[in-house]
Amino acid sequence: MRLLNRVSQWLDARLQLREPVTKVLEHPIPRKSASWFYVFGSAALTIFMLQVVTGVLLALLYVPSAADAWNGLQSMNHQVAAGWFIRALHGWGSNFMLAVVVIHMVQVFLFGAYKFPRELTWILGVFLLLVTLGMAFTGQVLRFDQDAYWGLGIGASISSRIPGVGGALVKLLLGGPIIAGATLSRFFALHVFVVPGLLIGFVALHLLLVIKLGINDWPMPGRVVRRSTYLQEYKELTHRDGMPFVPAGVGKDIIFSGAILLAIVACAFFLGPFGPGGQPDPTIIQTAPRPDFFFLWLYALLSFLPPAYETPFLLIGPAIGLIVLLVLPFVAGEGEKSWKRRPIAVLMVMLLAGVFGSLTQLGLHTPWSPVMDAWSGEPIPANFLVHRTPLERQGALVFQAKQCHTCHALEDRGGQRGPPLDAVAVRLTPDQLIRQVIQGGGNMPAYGKSLSPAETTALVAFMGTLHPLGQAPARDASQTVLYGKEP
Amino acid sequence: MSLSSPVTRRGAFVKLGLLLNGLAGAFLAVPVFRYLLSPTTREPEGADRWISLGAALQFPIGETRLASFRNPVVGPNDGPTANLPCWVRRIDQDRFQVFAINCAHLGCPVRWFPQSNLFMCPCHGGAYYADGSRASGPPERGLFEYPWRLDRQELWVQAKEMPTPGALAAAAGARKPSCAS
Repeated sequence: MRLLNRVSQWLDARLQLREPVTKVLEHPIPRKSASWFYVFGSAALTIFMLQVVTGVLLALLYVPSAADAWNGLQSMNHQVAAGWFIRALHGWGSNFMLAVVVIHMVQVFLFGAYKFPRELTWILGVFLLLVTLGMAFTGQVLRFDQDAYWGLGIGASISSRIPGVGGALVKLLLGGPIIAGATLSRFFALHVFVVPGLLIGFVALHLLLVIKLGINDWPMPGRVVRRSTYLQEYKELTHRDGMPFVPAGVGKDIIFSGAILLAIVACAFFLGPFGPGGQPDPTIIQTAPRPDFFFLWLYALLSFLPPAYETPFLLIGPAIGLIVLLVLPFVAGEGEKSWKRRPIAVLMVMLLAGVFGSLTQLGLHTPWSPVMDAWSGEPIPANFLVHRTPLERQGALVFQAKQCHTCHALEDRGGQRGPPLDAVAVRLTPDQLIRQVIQGGGNMPAYGKSLSPAETTALVAFMGTLHPLGQAPARDASQTVLYGKEP
Repeated sequence: MSLSSPVTRRGAFVKLGLLLNGLAGAFLAVPVFRYLLSPTTREPEGADRWISLGAALQFPIGETRLASFRNPVVGPNDGPTANLPCWVRRIDQDRFQVFAINCAHLGCPVRWFPQSNLFMCPCHGGAYYADGSRASGPPERGLFEYPWRLDRQELWVQAKEMPTPGALAAAAGARKPSCAS
């Protein structure tokens, strides 16, 4: 023990770190800020450290080569002792990190922590969100499978739309004219060197500011932030009702970080690693690429935007979002901190949660995608076929053979790209059906060139039977007036 | 430092040092930027080479078949990513269309369905007619086409790069694509 003491004294005589470190650890925090709401930042840091450690472990074996990366990941999963577990930890750690970072940001926003004098802390936090997303995207590419390959194609297609520099940007992104070996190499460099470097730098500054400026005080309705008085008020608060961060304030942080780590371990152990999915061979086209969870909202958005708005939205939308986030602490740098007095802030969070949540939910189900095998895999329900004429049944065959089922559902089975056709005869007269089938329109392709007149007749006869029992099919009233009878 | 302060030896050294380092920085920056921008400034040698898709016989008239080719420029680490697929439509004896696999919306691989005579994209539901023109969904244009030629009953294509909507939209202004040429 005495030897240990002497060694530490010898070291500190040279490093002189004991005093500044003690000062940092014992910096005063307001008593109420030692709250369960204030644990997300430290949890994000803990997960980041887990990511660094597991990332280094993965880098020991990862082969950044388009020819071998996929095989390397397979052997990591199956040949290396605990290889699958380290991969799973890194993958689940990534999801947890993004989730905790987003929750941290929402909490900071609702507790007014971005206000004076913590504007720069917030701005660095916005950068941290961006680089964390950057880590997630580049990491998804390193799991070099079909989703990664086609995800790069999507990234390149989006970048190409930037006027003027789009073409050059695609080549810079891919490291050449196509997605190939050079692409994976540069994403490896980004994921392992460049983005983590930025992340570490931003985290260091972010933490420095938290210590220099003090943790945000617990927002009290009526305690208004003013630039002229806040610093003095905060100082008084920490003296009057404060305590040292270590050991008094750190307990909840440690407990929550430990719980999050255990949750990641549990997910990794029970749910296993992410992929790799199919081989990144572009000639295998039987694939439906899908991004990772945190990019699903974007994937959904890209299918719902009207084509003409897509490019401006993609290019201008993120810029506006970023500017709003960066400008926020300057526009609303003073005033109430408590969410109880900031209804618009609360509504904004609810609105954004609703929007991103709904888009993510849609991204999981992709109702806009044709169900490519519905025409051969989903039979027409039998009750649509009994008591039908031969012509109508022939029409049902056309319905399957021409893949109508791929986009249209019957009894909730089949594609959801177009409207369900269970009751289409109530909505459209036979003439309207013929027109719709032959000319298309309203996002439906025209089938005039793919259907013979006989096939069209049969198909429309079948669709004429698609109406609920007791509800008459639509009819053209003018026909009765003109000819005195139904056609 | 006031205006009248004399030029000292130490002060001059600092200035000289800064100048030298600035010079070194400039000399370093040029090659670093050239290196980084190389993919945009240099076209890989042989990228515009014609690539054979094989005998024209394997593409029946009136049908659309999947073909694949090895990218004209292959790096040592490319592996299977240098094998690129494309759709070949044979209109008649001497007329073809060769479509890139990439959807004109966001580059996902489109699939051909002879039953409905449509190309369909699994990502966001873009659909194209047999001649590659846009049928429905989010794409703003038809499928991308590779230039092709028929030489002694062998089909050749030219595929310099992965087609993307923005890059080709700019090129389309200069050269109007010929329909089913």
